[in-house]
Amino acid sequence: MILSRREALVLALGSVAAAAIPLPALASVDEAVAAFTGGAEVGTGAGITLTAPEIAENGNTVPVAVDAPGASAIMILAAGNPTPGVATFHFGELAGAHMASTRIRLSKTQDVVAIAKLADGSFVRVSREVKVTIGGCGG
Amino acid sequence: MISRREFLQASVAASAIYGASGVGNWSRLAAQQVLTQDQLLQFDAFGNVTLIHITDIHAQLKPIWFREPETNIGIGDVNGKPPHVTGMDFIKMFNLKPGSPEAYALTYEDFTSLGKAYGKMGGMDRVATVVKSIRADRPEAIILDGGDTWHGSMTSLLTKGQDVVNVMNKLGVEAMTSHWEWTLGTERVTEIVEALPFPFLGQNIFEAEWNEPAFEPYTWFERGGAKIAVIGQAFPYMPIANPGWMFPEYSFGIREERMQEMVNEVRAEGADLVVVLSHNGFDTDRMMASRVSGIDVILTGHTHDAIPEPVLVGQTILIASGSHGKFVSRVDLDVRDGKMMGFRHKLIPIFADVITPDAEMAALIDAERAPFKEQLEEVIGTTDSLLYRRGNFNGTWDDLICDAMLSERDAEIVMSPGVRWGASVMPGENITREDIHNATSMSYPNCYRTEMTGEFLNVILEDVADNLFNPDPYYQQGGDMVRVGGMGYSIDVSKTMGNRISNMNLLKTGEAIDPARTYTVAGWASVNEGTEGPPIWDVVEAHIRKIGTVKLEPNTSVKVTGA
Repeated sequence: MILSRREALVLALGSVAAAAIPLPALASVDEAVAAFTGGAEVGTGAGITLTAPEIAENGNTVPVAVDAPGASAIMILAAGNPTPGVATFHFGELAGAHMASTRIRLSKTQDVVAIAKLADGSFVRVSREVKVTIGGCGG
Repeated sequence: MISRREFLQASVAASAIYGASGVGNWSRLAAQQVLTQDQLLQFDAFGNVTLIHITDIHAQLKPIWFREPETNIGIGDVNGKPPHVTGMDFIKMFNLKPGSPEAYALTYEDFTSLGKAYGKMGGMDRVATVVKSIRADRPEAIILDGGDTWHGSMTSLLTKGQDVVNVMNKLGVEAMTSHWEWTLGTERVTEIVEALPFPFLGQNIFEAEWNEPAFEPYTWFERGGAKIAVIGQAFPYMPIANPGWMFPEYSFGIREERMQEMVNEVRAEGADLVVVLSHNGFDTDRMMASRVSGIDVILTGHTHDAIPEPVLVGQTILIASGSHGKFVSRVDLDVRDGKMMGFRHKLIPIFADVITPDAEMAALIDAERAPFKEQLEEVIGTTDSLLYRRGNFNGTWDDLICDAMLSERDAEIVMSPGVRWGASVMPGENITREDIHNATSMSYPNCYRTEMTGEFLNVILEDVADNLFNPDPYYQQGGDMVRVGGMGYSIDVSKTMGNRISNMNLLKTGEAIDPARTYTVAGWASVNEGTEGPPIWDVVEAHIRKIGTVKLEPNTSVKVTGA
């Protein structure tokens, strides 16, 4: 069997850099989404804004913000973390703004996902890739 | 005895570098036969507003040699578009004449021999002459500095940027943005900024703890009857590409949404013209121009590209003014009824032997250098090879630095940062201490010696490659690939993160790098706090003293595919 260096590295080490999002995490993202939506269809159009850096300055504390006018709840997931659940924000009827911001820890480069339950009861989803890098060679 | 200046003016068959409004007009100037200061500065004033842009001078106050890149790969949509065009392709794209002054200034082709004919470029005393000439024509011209100004030379390191600050203040800069400035540390940056006679702009510089704006996002000018807003955009990946511990109070990022908010805000306040003074890097600016509406002009920086004509993205023009003081851009604009109606542009090459130094500025620069003169000019060795850095993968300067680390630090593998700054040294020239600093000067120079596994070396190469070759410009950090000594590798730039690097091998033995084995590794410019080791310039100096004359063989240790 002829093994390329790349395959050898991946096989020998399970290199993090070469791995895709692990299946268990994906499964639990689906589970979390299903629990939040009750299995309802989730749209991807307008209605929700997720603000996150393209590249994390510090993967241990990444600022993210969500904004979904009229939403009764917004859930944030870090799809590539061992435990994807971050937070679900609930907004009462008298809430002046339907937005929230927090900081999350990201174990590696991954998608941050936000799903909002809008005023009409429909769900909308948005995701942004946040890169976690070792950096150090810019100039 | 004829001086070089007279020689060039009298006898060199050459055309002036001369952009104007629109694209593709360099060729009609090819008939011009003499290189003179008047020609370099010739410009038919246009419209009512003039911008003067200089960027990424990296503290180079004196004329320098600077070889432009041979390899500058563009990934995805930008493949084959400026600035990802080099050498003969560049010459063809802009209808230049091979061997002409502009070909010498803008490409690497025949650099050594053309350098002998056309001389060094840059020098802030020459830039001062150009600025004064433009201001004589257009007294209200706005002078804007794109950053990477206070770093890059031995004198700027020893004076903590003060020598350059004094020079730029005298030049009359009216606003700037930042990148390497921050590597002087928050305290020093604050001290300088408080004394600056102009704003230090950055809509994307935020206070880290509360994520709130920390610096002025924009400033206003009333010139030529127009209300002009200049929005600053600092280097977005400051704490990632450089040591964040030196400025922990601040957070950066592209912050595109806020850029749009700022544009909307200044438009609502009646801006007739919106200019972004940016240190994003060219590809990032090109993408931002396509996504943020309402910007008339982006004065780009960071990636050190010199492009002889503006690049148009929708209604926005992008100006790329090179680096190291080699060029100054003049942009004349016709601004009427709240709109940019037209433009005329010239990338002015600063041929040091053609443009007369401004006497006052020359005196100031010499005064700034005087206390350090002996240290600067001490000859450490000589070189038979051209020493240069620019290019995606390796330069001879980096090869020399890597050789120095391999031998002085007794390492198997060494890494040197892929920065884009660093002046060249011509074959046959002495290497002075100043030359070494021009390629190494920084506030975190410690040359560490440590152990890394083959796996970790792979992770580093993949990580840096993705920062350079990610097809999405918003994920590119600028800079070039980390330079490696003692180890070769293959890279397919078209692949995705984690799949680009292969065939890592130890050059000494040719054996494959073992992911599980531990290697002795030396490097410098680590972003980690508390990195120990001698400053890299001492390592390089010790090496050059030992070998006396530098002679480098062509480096073929990196095999590139997918471009």
